[in-house]
Amino acid sequence: MSSLLKITDLHVSVDDKPILKGVSLEIRQGEVHALMGPNGSGKSTLAYTLVGHPKYEITGGSIEIDGVNVNELDPCERARKGLFLAFQYPVTIPGVKVADFLRHAVTNIRTPNRKEGEGLIPMREFRKELKERMEELGMDIEFARRYLNEGFSGGEKKRMEILQLAMLQPKFAILDETDSGLDSDAVRVVSEGLRKLSGPQMGSLIITHHERLLEYNVPQFTHVILAGRIVETGDASLAHELHNHGYTAVRERHPAEAAEEEERQAKAKKAVGVGV
Amino acid sequence: MSATLSSVRPTSFDAAAFEQFLATRTEPAWATDLRRRAFEAYRESLVTELDPEEWKRVDIRAFRPEKFSIPAASTSTGAVETLLADRAEFAGAVSHSDGTCTRATLSDKWAQQGVLLGNLSDLIQTHGDILKPHLMTRAVKPDADRFSAWHGAFWTGGTVLYVPRNVEVNEPLYSLIGLGAEAAADFSHTLIILEEGASATLLEETSSASADATGVHVGAVELLLAPRSNLRYVQLQNWNDKVWHFAHQVGRVEADAYLQWTVGGLGARLAHIHQEVFLDGRGASAEVNGVTFATDKQLISYYTQQTHNAPNTRSDLLYKDVVRDKARCIWRGMIKVAKDAQRTDGYQRNDGLIMSDTCRVDAIPGLEIEADDVRCTHGATCGRVDEEQLFYCMCRGLTRSEAMHVIVEGFFQRVYDRIPVEIVRETLGHAVERKLGIGG
Ligand SMILES: Nc1ncnc2c1ncn2[C@@H]1O[C@H](COP(=O)(O)OP(=O)(O)OP(=O)(O)O)[C@@H](O)[C@H]1O
Ligand SMILES: [Mg+2]
Repeated sequence: MSSLLKITDLHVSVDDKPILKGVSLEIRQGEVHALMGPNGSGKSTLAYTLVGHPKYEITGGSIEIDGVNVNELDPCERARKGLFLAFQYPVTIPGVKVADFLRHAVTNIRTPNRKEGEGLIPMREFRKELKERMEELGMDIEFARRYLNEGFSGGEKKRMEILQLAMLQPKFAILDETDSGLDSDAVRVVSEGLRKLSGPQMGSLIITHHERLLEYNVPQFTHVILAGRIVETGDASLAHELHNHGYTAVRERHPAEAAEEEERQAKAKKAVGVGV
Repeated sequence: MSATLSSVRPTSFDAAAFEQFLATRTEPAWATDLRRRAFEAYRESLVTELDPEEWKRVDIRAFRPEKFSIPAASTSTGAVETLLADRAEFAGAVSHSDGTCTRATLSDKWAQQGVLLGNLSDLIQTHGDILKPHLMTRAVKPDADRFSAWHGAFWTGGTVLYVPRNVEVNEPLYSLIGLGAEAAADFSHTLIILEEGASATLLEETSSASADATGVHVGAVELLLAPRSNLRYVQLQNWNDKVWHFAHQVGRVEADAYLQWTVGGLGARLAHIHQEVFLDGRGASAEVNGVTFATDKQLISYYTQQTHNAPNTRSDLLYKDVVRDKARCIWRGMIKVAKDAQRTDGYQRNDGLIMSDTCRVDAIPGLEIEADDVRCTHGATCGRVDEEQLFYCMCRGLTRSEAMHVIVEGFFQRVYDRIPVEIVRETLGHAVERKLGIGG
């Protein structure tokens, strides 16, 4: 039976400021969902909340995997249950080699009950697998010996996220603008990479402003988020339309959310003292 | 092997005890004279204040010298747990336990080329002429402060390495300073003399036989590098957390010589190391690496000086300290550049990483520059383990504590990267893991 990630009426605040105002979404293993929305509408907030970032406080609603509520689980426990986020802004871990980091990660994800200090996946087996995945993604094997994201270019960081996705084989992958900041060759490599990784074993939520990634990974569902609410859900053609015509039509169809968005933007401007 | 210590057991370090101690020693008159001068300096230093610049952050009021004494003979059976001993084939090794030498070996290959590796108490009798110009005259001077004076009066032995001109010892050598007896005072001395063009690697560690025996180490390290010589010296301080560690450690580097010096501070209740590097000859250079990990209530303190006395010299110091629990790490660094040490390149940096709310790192760099054509930079950073890094690691299935440990090990990696001796990198990594509570 395929797994289900079920988000019900999710309300999320950052520093007591409500950002998500009732998001509901169901993603099954094997499905591709696109999440689109203007800047600041709450896409990354949803992504971070799903994987358990401590700054994002759930004030209502639930996140469930196969009927089990994961609201109170920490990011590590959620990762071991099969959730994965490819970060919009990957973090640098100074002095920690990619291979060492991934060996810990892979071992933990594959043996979710592992305690710290217990054995890691055998080196040879791991190296072989890592090398294969890197080759598939057109990555220089040298990267395995570099420190995680230290001195990486923007594109290299994004590729590293996809490599981690490939190694960890999550049940649910959230990709937060993995295609931004990449040159067109890299977008193709990443898009193809993701397509190869997709399949009946992985459900994905692709957050993007571009179309290329979705050409390779055609979504069954496209969701539009505006001011912290999912206001429309359609198929791949909706993504296409948004890409070509922007959000004007969406705002017109949802005046209440559009007004909220405008209000928030005005407040933000005031807060930093611009546009008086 | 030496048996120079009789069963006399000085109960404290007063004049009577000193005379008693002298009576147990068999050594040349010049060495005894040196001790007497040191003892005088010690008596004087007891009534003068310790240099506040060096000691103001280090509280040693709980330290009671009279509680410790020099053990009569080695009482432990050599069951000191070592980090390094079994990690490599050493071409020679010297071990001390409670101040007594228990083993001294050197492969024939090097002995035949005139290399000396052994116990100071023995070599001062057999090779006094070689040691005399160096022992506590050029590097660690007895009148430098209370602890160097105390050491100069009461040193009991220690490891000596002498490498003759142009002999390149390309296999590592090993030295162990062990403490076993309760309330033992250890006065081990490390003396390394490299003649012109010589090279060597000595890995030294300090270790306790038991986890709860109290003790004090009043040590001295002297590294004397003649022109064009090349020394890699490592000292891993790994006492149990009951031991007081006071050490005066000095390297003197002559023209075109290169010193690579790594200190690891893991053990001790309180450790204070006075570490100085002198760049004495044109083209001399030194790299100093420090790895410190203090936990529980440990206090580990360093007072480091890089003194440039000649032109075109280079010094590069990088310390990394991690503290946890209620531990504290103090680093006071100084680069001094003499008037005619032009075109000097001096660098010092200390990075601290804080793992809990109750621990602390104080890092104070400093420069005193009299020459005008120099490049000297210094820096100190200190911060907590980054929450975004922890979050990222946890998103990849690492528990919070595992993530913390991975980040700490990564933090030290920068220093490891500078250490060319693989077993030292491995050993430090392993020791840190053990202290973190992971690994075997
Ligand atoms: N950690 C945070 N601290 C403060 N405000 C935040 C934080 N995270 C998000 N916000 C605010 O929440 C709102 C939604 O931000 P979010 O990053 O989710 O938008 P997004 O849809 O991902 O935008 P983009 O397309 O620019 O990536 C914004 O107003 C943002 O400023
Ligand atoms: Mg975003």
